[in-house]
Amino acid sequence: MRIHFKTSYQHDIRLFPDRWSLSVYGSLLALAFALPYLIGEFYLGEVTNVLIWAIAGLGLMLLTGQTGQASLGHAAFLAIGCYANTILIEQGVPFIIAFPLAGIITGLIGVLIAVPVLRLHGIYLAIATIALSVLADDIIVLTEHWSGGVSGKFPEMITIFGFEIERWSMPTRFYYLVLVVTIACTMFYRNLLRSPLGRAFAAVRDSEVSATAMGVHIARTKGKAFGLSCMITGWSGALMGYYAGTFNNETFSLVISITLLMMIVIGGLGSIHGAFFGAVVVAFLPQALSILKDNFVGGGVAIPGLETGVFGLILILFILFEPMGIYGRWLKIRTWFELFPFARKDMFRRQKSYLKTERLR
Amino acid sequence: MSLLEIKNATLKFGGVVAVNDLSFSVEEGEVYAIVGPNGAGKSTAFNLISRFYEPFAGSFIFDGNNLLERDADQVADLGIARTFQNIELFEHATVLQNLLVGRHRHRKTSMLEEMFFLPRVRREEERHRAAVEEVIDFLDLQPYRNKMIAGLPYGVRKVVELGRALASEPRLLLLDEPASGLSVEETQDMRWWIDDIRKQMGITVLMVEHDMGLVSGVSDRVLALADGAKLAEGTPAEVQANPAVIEAYLGAGAV
Repeated sequence: MRIHFKTSYQHDIRLFPDRWSLSVYGSLLALAFALPYLIGEFYLGEVTNVLIWAIAGLGLMLLTGQTGQASLGHAAFLAIGCYANTILIEQGVPFIIAFPLAGIITGLIGVLIAVPVLRLHGIYLAIATIALSVLADDIIVLTEHWSGGVSGKFPEMITIFGFEIERWSMPTRFYYLVLVVTIACTMFYRNLLRSPLGRAFAAVRDSEVSATAMGVHIARTKGKAFGLSCMITGWSGALMGYYAGTFNNETFSLVISITLLMMIVIGGLGSIHGAFFGAVVVAFLPQALSILKDNFVGGGVAIPGLETGVFGLILILFILFEPMGIYGRWLKIRTWFELFPFARKDMFRRQKSYLKTERLR
Repeated sequence: MSLLEIKNATLKFGGVVAVNDLSFSVEEGEVYAIVGPNGAGKSTAFNLISRFYEPFAGSFIFDGNNLLERDADQVADLGIARTFQNIELFEHATVLQNLLVGRHRHRKTSMLEEMFFLPRVRREEERHRAAVEEVIDFLDLQPYRNKMIAGLPYGVRKVVELGRALASEPRLLLLDEPASGLSVEETQDMRWWIDDIRKQMGITVLMVEHDMGLVSGVSDRVLALADGAKLAEGTPAEVQANPAVIEAYLGAGAV
C-alpha cells in the first residue's frame, strides 16, 4: 500500500503524485518511443490508429467527461480539422503552421457553434449536435469547389523543414508525429485539470447554480470547453485524413460521432485514461471481430451489422455493469490490491445523492 | 453607510407574491438573521441578492454597487459568497477541488497560460492552495481533504459548503439554513464557526435559519418575515417577544 506523505503543496500540483507513478508513466513513454523497433509495420499502423482515436477521445472527453456536455456532432469537427489542414497546405502554408492552425480554426468554429447550441441541456443538446454531423456532410458536398465534394481529397505529403513524413511509405515517421501530438494534447488536458479553468469545467458539470454563485460564467466556460474540445478533435481529424490517405463527405459520418461518444463511455468518462482505453477498444475491435469471424464462420460469409451490433452490446453491458468504464474497473482492481486484505465490496458503490434542487435552473 | 442595503424589493411568481416590498439593511461586521415560517420568502430574498431571480421592483446596493447591474456570476466578484439550503457541491470532485473553485474569483491566469502551465500558474496555484489550507484548518476538514464529495456524510458536506464560500474571501457571507439537518453537536460547532467568521475574519454574515437557539446565540439583529413582508426587526429577544411574530408562528390567540 502506497501512502503519500505530502510535505509541500507541490505534491498536489505536480503531474505525478509519487516516484512510482512517475516511473510507470515514464516507462510507458519510453516504450511508446521504442515501439517501432519492437513491432512490425502493420501493428505500428494499428497503434497509430489507436493514438489518433485517443486524441479525438481526449477532445470529446474534455467536453463530455469534464464539462458534462454531451455531443453527437464531433465527427463534424474531425471533418473541419481535416479539411482545414488539407486546404491550408494546398494553399502553400507549411505543415508546421497549417496543422496547429487547423486545430485553432476548428476550435473557433466550435466556439461560434457553442454560443447557441450550449443553451440546451442534456438530451436536447445531444439532438442539436446530431444536426451538426448531418450538416457537415451536406456542407462538404455543397462547397465542392474547396472540399472536393463527393470525389474527396488526398492529403499531400507532410514536410517539416524538408523532412518528409508519409503514412504508407514511412509509417515510423508518421507514428512519431502522431505520438508527439498525442503527448501534447494529453499535457494540455492534464494542465487544464490542475488549473482554475479545469475546476470551473467540473463545477459547471456538477452544479451550474453553485458554479455561478462562485463567480464562474457558465456560458463562457462552456464555450471555452467546446472550443478546446473542438481544437483537439480538429487535430485528430487532420491526422485521420493522413491516416486514411483519402477522405470525402462520407468519411466523417454520424456513425463516427456515435463511435466517439461510445468510446469515451466504454473507456471511462471523466479521465484521460478512459480516452486511451476506449480508443484501444474502438480501434482493435473491428480487427478482432473479423479474425474471430474468419475462424468460426469462415472468411467468405458476410454478417451484416455484426460490428455495430457488438459495439452496441458492449456499450449496453458497460452502462449496466460498469458505468465507470474500463478505467473505473482498473481503479477498482488496483484499489483491491493496494488495500489488500482490507478492500470492502461496496467501496465504489454509488451513493444516492442528497436532495438536489432543480428549481434554480 | 450599510454594507448591504435592500429597498422595496418585490418579486412575484405568477399571482404569488414571494417577496413583498421588503426593505432591510445589513451593517458591516454584524450577523444578521432572517427567520420566518416556511414559504415566507427567506430563500427567495437570498436568490434575489445572488441575482438568480430578477426582482419586479426595488433596489439592491452592496457597498455602493448596484447589484441589479450585475449578472449572477459577477456578484461573487464583489465579495458576496453563499451556501445553499439543499447543498449544491460539486459531487464528482474532491473536497480540495471544491474549495479551490471557491477561489475562482481570485484567479489571474488566462486559458493559454493554464494550457502550458507556465510558472505563473504554478505560483498562483500555490497561493490558492495556501488560502484553501487556512480554511481547511479553520473548519477542521483535514481528514477529508482528498475525499470525493459523493461519499461524504451530510454534516461534512454542510461544512465543506461553508468552506467553499469562505475560500472566496468574501466580505458578505450568505448562509442559507447553515444548521438544517445537523446534529446538536454539529449545530454547536456551526455556532462557534459563525462567531469566529465574524470576529476573526471580519466577514459580515447574513443568514436564514430556523433553529432559534442558533439565531439568538450568534446574531446581532433578526428580521422576521411572513408572506414575503417584514414582520419585525430587532435584537433576537425583541423579535421573539414580538406578538406579530408569535402569531405568525403559532397562530392567533397563542399569547
